[in-house]
Amino acid sequence: MDWLAENTPRIVVQLLSGLSVGVLLFLVSSGLSLIFGVSRVVNFAHGALYMVGAYLAYTIMRLAPGSGPYFWLALLGAPLGVALLGLLVEVLFLRRIYQAEHIYQLLLTIAIAFIIGDTVRTIWGAENRSVTRPDFLTATIPILGQAFPSYNLVILGLGPVVLGALWWVFYRTRWGMLVRAATWDRDMLGALGVNTPLVYSTVFVFGAWLAGLGGALVAPIQGLSPGMDASVIILAFVAVVIGGLGSFFGTLVSAVVIGEVQALAVLNPFLRQYDLVLPFALMALVLIVKPVGLFGRPE
Amino acid sequence: MALLEVERLNTFYGQSHILFDVSLVVDKGEVVCLLGRNGAGKSTTLKSIIGLVPPRWGSIRFKGQEIAGLPPYRIARMGIGYVPEERRIFANLSVRENLEVACRLTPGEGNGRRWDMERVLALFPRLRPFLERRAGTLSGGEQQMLTIARTLMTNPDLLLLDEPSEGLAPVVVQALKEQLLRLKETGLTIILAEQNVRFVSGLGDRVYILEKGHIRYQAPMERFLADEAVRMAYLAV
Ligand SMILES: Nc1ncnc2c1ncn2[C@@H]1O[C@H](COP(=O)(O)OP(=O)(O)OP(=O)(O)O)[C@@H](O)[C@H]1O
Ligand SMILES: [Mg+2]
Repeated sequence: MDWLAENTPRIVVQLLSGLSVGVLLFLVSSGLSLIFGVSRVVNFAHGALYMVGAYLAYTIMRLAPGSGPYFWLALLGAPLGVALLGLLVEVLFLRRIYQAEHIYQLLLTIAIAFIIGDTVRTIWGAENRSVTRPDFLTATIPILGQAFPSYNLVILGLGPVVLGALWWVFYRTRWGMLVRAATWDRDMLGALGVNTPLVYSTVFVFGAWLAGLGGALVAPIQGLSPGMDASVIILAFVAVVIGGLGSFFGTLVSAVVIGEVQALAVLNPFLRQYDLVLPFALMALVLIVKPVGLFGRPE
Repeated sequence: MALLEVERLNTFYGQSHILFDVSLVVDKGEVVCLLGRNGAGKSTTLKSIIGLVPPRWGSIRFKGQEIAGLPPYRIARMGIGYVPEERRIFANLSVRENLEVACRLTPGEGNGRRWDMERVLALFPRLRPFLERRAGTLSGGEQQMLTIARTLMTNPDLLLLDEPSEGLAPVVVQALKEQLLRLKETGLTIILAEQNVRFVSGLGDRVYILEKGHIRYQAPMERFLADEAVRMAYLAV
């Protein structure tokens, strides 16, 4: 009890920071989940798209370090740039392999990830890069006597906004309805006269946009390096599997859970050593208890 | 010119040859029944026409245009509606959304439409109270009505119906038959795949019988019903 009372402020702050990690992870993994749900392609290039988002945001923010307007410009422009890149990838490559076997799809998306990775290395160099937060978000806010970065508060605030926007898109627009129907039975949707190839393309572009947004948000708080895509794609993949392949809601829950588990593990000297392994342990546990993931649907 | 002309259709699942030179002709306004035992190839024939399992050889002309090899959505847009055997409703969508998904005209363009939300609900009034419910919670009979209603929303000129009576209670089958008769009265052209001879009698105009992927018999409905030997040979279990 004493320990708990003494550590409550730290726990609260860790919970908040875990939540902000969860929001970022959700942005990446929701796109991955969405693309898989509709086209059944596991997009291993998703981490690379996220990375491009981070580098594009870095480049825009570097034009005027610390400037508020350029920060917002980066949040707007970088995801759009990534969406455009996603469109290119879909039109040139992916749309040719939707009917192919999974192994070919995997090979293709992995190849695309490598190509994008090397392109990033060529353009931005192999060394680590970082960019400062905008001036209005450099301060820390005291929460229960602990210092909490105001930038993370913005991410926390953005979480519900993004979630609300996504809900609106999926439940209040015709496109969203078609995406949900395609997730259930895309061939039937086509047999009803819906242009399903167009649905696949737009979903891929939208997923790329989400990854770009995640990358742009992370740019000011993490060093950028050409290898950053690999760690993200693996964690995003774990989140999608825990949530249940193709389940949007499941991805949300598992992204937050992973963020919290990693954040809380920091408080425990023993678990702290294993914070990188914990998501995988969690995934193994979930798969043993429920092989289709928390909110997955049996095939 | 016939509405649909299928000529020497040969369809495969991977290596296995399922349909052998299947030919059929359907005129506007007809209800044509496709009969045959389990595994005879009825569903495969319908899936070949809608393009879900494209034929390897053969020709399918709809309104005079070749449609074999086109993607299903293009075929559907030309005016063919497909109602699958497994119903395949979007269980995660509401009943209303299942109908809206299939509706291709933007609101306001409704004047020339033969089928809209109101009309399909008038034909299947049992769906009305469930409009906001998740379609996955409907009973089997209700799901069958929804899958037909959903396809009608695409305003098809030709309806492909795959064993609609399968797995339904006798009263529900009777209600369904009356609804299909009303559809027929609107002049809709239908290909009805069935095993239930009682169900198709009084509904169909002509009969084709499939056996092991071959068309073995074709006749007007009255002649088929009078022919005990044919039924014993190709349909009795
Ligand atoms: N996806 C598939 N892959 C391989 N073979 C299949 C597939 N679907 C059907 N078949 C085979 O094709 C043949 C024809 O099947 P089809 O479903 O067209 O028959 P059917 O007349 O509709 O039968 P039922 O009355 O049982 O619905 C059967 O031998 C079946 O085993
Ligand atoms: Mg069948």
